[in-house]
Amino acid sequence: MLLPVLAFYLLFCYKPMYGALIAFFDFTPGIPLFDNKFIGARNFLDFFANRTFSRVMRNTLTISLATIACGFPAPIALALLLNELRSRRYSRVVQTVSYMPHFISLVVICGMIRDFTGSHGVIVQALASLGLMEPVAMLSKSRMFLPIYVISDIWQGVGYGSIIYLAALTGIDQEQYEAATIDGAGRWKQLLHVTLPGIAPTVMTMLLLRLGRVMNVGFEKIILLYNAQTYEVADVISSYVYRVGLQQFDYSYSTAVGLFNSAINLIVLVLANAASKKTTGSGLW
Amino acid sequence: MGGAPQKRNRIKNSVGQSAFDAANACLMFVFMLATLYPMLYVIFASLSNSSELMAHTGVLLRPAGFSLAAYQNVSRNKMIPSGFRNSIFIVVVGTALNLALTTVGAYFLSRRDQALVKPVTLFILFTMFFSGGMIPNYLNIDSLGLADSLWAVIFPGAINTFYLIIMRTSFMGIPSSLEESAKLDGANHFVILARIFLPLSKAVLAVMVLYYGVDHWNAWFNAMLYIRNRDLYPLQLTLREILISNDMTQMVNMAADAERISETIKHAVIVVVTLPILCLYPFLQKYFVKGVMIGAIKG
Repeated sequence: MLLPVLAFYLLFCYKPMYGALIAFFDFTPGIPLFDNKFIGARNFLDFFANRTFSRVMRNTLTISLATIACGFPAPIALALLLNELRSRRYSRVVQTVSYMPHFISLVVICGMIRDFTGSHGVIVQALASLGLMEPVAMLSKSRMFLPIYVISDIWQGVGYGSIIYLAALTGIDQEQYEAATIDGAGRWKQLLHVTLPGIAPTVMTMLLLRLGRVMNVGFEKIILLYNAQTYEVADVISSYVYRVGLQQFDYSYSTAVGLFNSAINLIVLVLANAASKKTTGSGLW
Repeated sequence: MGGAPQKRNRIKNSVGQSAFDAANACLMFVFMLATLYPMLYVIFASLSNSSELMAHTGVLLRPAGFSLAAYQNVSRNKMIPSGFRNSIFIVVVGTALNLALTTVGAYFLSRRDQALVKPVTLFILFTMFFSGGMIPNYLNIDSLGLADSLWAVIFPGAINTFYLIIMRTSFMGIPSSLEESAKLDGANHFVILARIFLPLSKAVLAVMVLYYGVDHWNAWFNAMLYIRNRDLYPLQLTLREILISNDMTQMVNMAADAERISETIKHAVIVVVTLPILCLYPFLQKYFVKGVMIGAIKG
């Protein structure tokens, strides 16, 4: 009964891990792995020496940290504001609307971004009519890439991300609020001394889990949005792997870059988990 | 629905508090507008007359002119119906396979009485933290002979390990006394899973259908890598050609019309492809809120 499950993991997870050994060979497709010339760590050294190395490392970190800095507090703020709404029904309506973009596919989101920020796009036209910018496609400007990436990320994810904090807010003991009220605490004081400490463990765990993926910027959104003019600021490790491996067919080298990225991700995750255990007493494992 | 805000007992409201409440309510209204407007804009633009839309600058509050030409163009396109067919096949067959494998896997991992559980759990969890990467996966699909078939997008995603863990956690909450009494009546694992675990897990099963289903519907990257035959393109891949690569050759026959019409066509395609999901959405909402909760228990 368990066999299909094990077969799946062997065929689609472990077999590619074995396949990743091509990073250490001068691999030609069709030739059995060990018949290729063994080149050791040369691909890795080539990557470190490559000019692109610092570019993709810098972009990965920049995009990731910007997404965390703006995108992490946003759902917490939304949850707190929703929690303060007087009307429960209104709050429910806002929640329902806010989750919606989560279901729109990335292709459509990126299509909408390209449309709105194109030279005829609604955002560009609106900004141009206010005299704030020239009516040109924003995605061809490298300094606009990061803001577009981060803002669209928040637009799509803030509602969905708030669910977990709303749950944490419902978990706070109501007696604490009553006690605070009796002690004369207003809503601001209640927020500072009851609500925020109440959701702090959840916030901490989520933050550490997020930091654990700091070197892990998905390539899908990047490759749907970037173009040759914005590689300098948009190209991350995973999009570089995609371009070199699957558009230029340099299999061994791009596998080495991918392995390097996996290794870093694993190390960062282990560190984040250790930090999470130390501060909140719970981690991923 | 989870996470509804709490009513608190408040002794009295000062002016400052009422002002805050009003400002907060307004802020949330603006937030809703900011969330909805991009979607509304797409709908308005899709219904617009294409030359009036091109001439229009700034914010659209209703369709500029009115025309169904974009939808007529979309309906004449052969890639859209075949895209729907392929995407629906992937969602239905893919999700069925997902559910079969995920329930069986979760059932096994939720056993406390078998020696193999621990090593198998490690074997599975390890794949969450390390993978061969994009290129080895690509070469693997190729060597398995799956390329250029819909199975190339279905099989590699047959189990999402994170969802498997969610389901295992949910199964572990089922009281073992139920199972023990069934065993005394001579029930085997299949019977226990089908007669006891699954009927008690309707909510988590709904969450799984939703998560896997939406993932399949929205996926495009593997299809782009593995599928060459245009008759097998899922909807998102066709959409990518139209929206991202700006490839309208399938859509517009007369070159003179191309630029003018292509603007509204893009919007119409987005509506046609996204509407099915957003129509189902109100019915699904409570399930995915539940899903986030179940996932959060594990932490």
